[in-house]
Amino acid sequence: MATFSTNEFKGGLKVMLDGDPCSIIENEFVKPGKGQAFNRVKLRNLKTGRVIERTFKSGETLEGADVVDTEMQYLYNDGEQWHFMVPESFEQYAADSDVVGDAKKWLKEQDVCIVTLYNNAPISVTPPNFVELTIVETDPGVRGDTSGGGGKPATLDTGAVVRVPLFVQTGEVIKVDTRTGEYVSRVK
Amino acid sequence: MADWRPSCSLTALKKRAALLATIRQFFSARNVLEVETPLLCRAGVTDPNLNPFTTVLRQPGSSEGEQLYLQTSPEFAMKRLLAAGSGSIYQICKAFRNEESGRHHNPEFTLLEWYRVGFDLAELIDEIDALLAEICRDHLILAASERFSYRELFREHVGVDPLSASFEELSERSRVRDLPEAEALCGRDRSLWLDLLFSHLVQPHLGRGRITFVYDFPAFLPSLARKKPDDPLVVERVEIFLEGLELGNGFHELADAVEQEERFDRDLVIREENGLPLPAKDERLLAALRSGLPDCSGIALGLDRLLMIRMRAESIGDVLAFPTAQA
Repeated sequence: MATFSTNEFKGGLKVMLDGDPCSIIENEFVKPGKGQAFNRVKLRNLKTGRVIERTFKSGETLEGADVVDTEMQYLYNDGEQWHFMVPESFEQYAADSDVVGDAKKWLKEQDVCIVTLYNNAPISVTPPNFVELTIVETDPGVRGDTSGGGGKPATLDTGAVVRVPLFVQTGEVIKVDTRTGEYVSRVK
Repeated sequence: MADWRPSCSLTALKKRAALLATIRQFFSARNVLEVETPLLCRAGVTDPNLNPFTTVLRQPGSSEGEQLYLQTSPEFAMKRLLAAGSGSIYQICKAFRNEESGRHHNPEFTLLEWYRVGFDLAELIDEIDALLAEICRDHLILAASERFSYRELFREHVGVDPLSASFEELSERSRVRDLPEAEALCGRDRSLWLDLLFSHLVQPHLGRGRITFVYDFPAFLPSLARKKPDDPLVVERVEIFLEGLELGNGFHELADAVEQEERFDRDLVIREENGLPLPAKDERLLAALRSGLPDCSGIALGLDRLLMIRMRAESIGDVLAFPTAQA
């Protein structure tokens, strides 16, 4: 893999840091009035999801990381592994529970999502920003009852639980923002 | 080419013009002479942390050339004027530093540099304070400025004494403060340790809502300031901060030609150790110092950054007509 110098660190660049693949978020050039230059860099560890900050001497290099974001279709899960397929090539990949993470709450079979591959193995799964899911269970919700803060919990067909407005009923399809886990609207 | 347009707004152009007028008015009222010195220099800089632009001078009809440098600051030329009896002078000019690019750095930038004959650093700080108050009035609401020594700020924000802390203590502090990479970066280079810890842990707190002057810098941090007579561990140097940004460096100027040449020589040794180019020492500056530099204090302020703060700009491109990338 190529190496990159601090002056090439741009948002989105994938590099290796402490043995983990990371994505560069921000690169700040720091130079005291009379002294050596540093780069203060913000990175996201693609394995753990955590954001870290690290200072480098200007001109230091990091190895590039073999990280590719690939669109895949979710096929099914057998409780231990979640299976995905690249639509054009029919190539299949399996990811374990940790790697799939929160995406489990939102994925229905056939849904397309982004699987991040590191050295050709899945390290994270990102669901689409919005999904449409059916409510399988929720209280009727008495109209005018605002004592609960204006919403009620609803269980969706993936098993996820989201807060929905009182007028939404079991069997309805709703749109959810997967980034916040919040109800967006009903779907006709 | 889609980016022929200026990167700053028309408002920013107007504010720059107003800033320049304010500065000229200020110095005119105080009888400080405006001067212009060359941007093209024969002597390079020996400072190992500076990387000047070079170019080639050819005489008419000649195919051979000599290497010239674009100035990294007008300091040496202005000191030659001072030694020739100019009296207090100021200059607003471009300076050029290769390999310096970022949110607050453009390789070409504007400096306001001035020297006051007969001023000690405290008097110069008073004048800087007055100038900045003029410049910021009607644009920024600032509390009264404050002055701290480097040592007390370092102790307060980093937790150890910058002059006496051992490398082990500095390492421990950096680990505690979430900078585990500092040890590998800085090793046993005390200058680098101080620069890193100061810029990361102290500087973000400085100049918040008011101008902060930091004086009495450690002597081993390189600079052309004279040592404090009653405290050889520090030099008469001041840095000015506003909203976490460094605006400039001021000194009670070094007038001793021997010591100046020694600093040049030390710089060249460091350059050689790091495989950096070895420019010739500025012999004309040294001759001027031998002839006699009047006792004076001087300061250089970055005008682009000053504008950035006044306009709450996110990046230096917001105050430049055309940053180097679009020049």
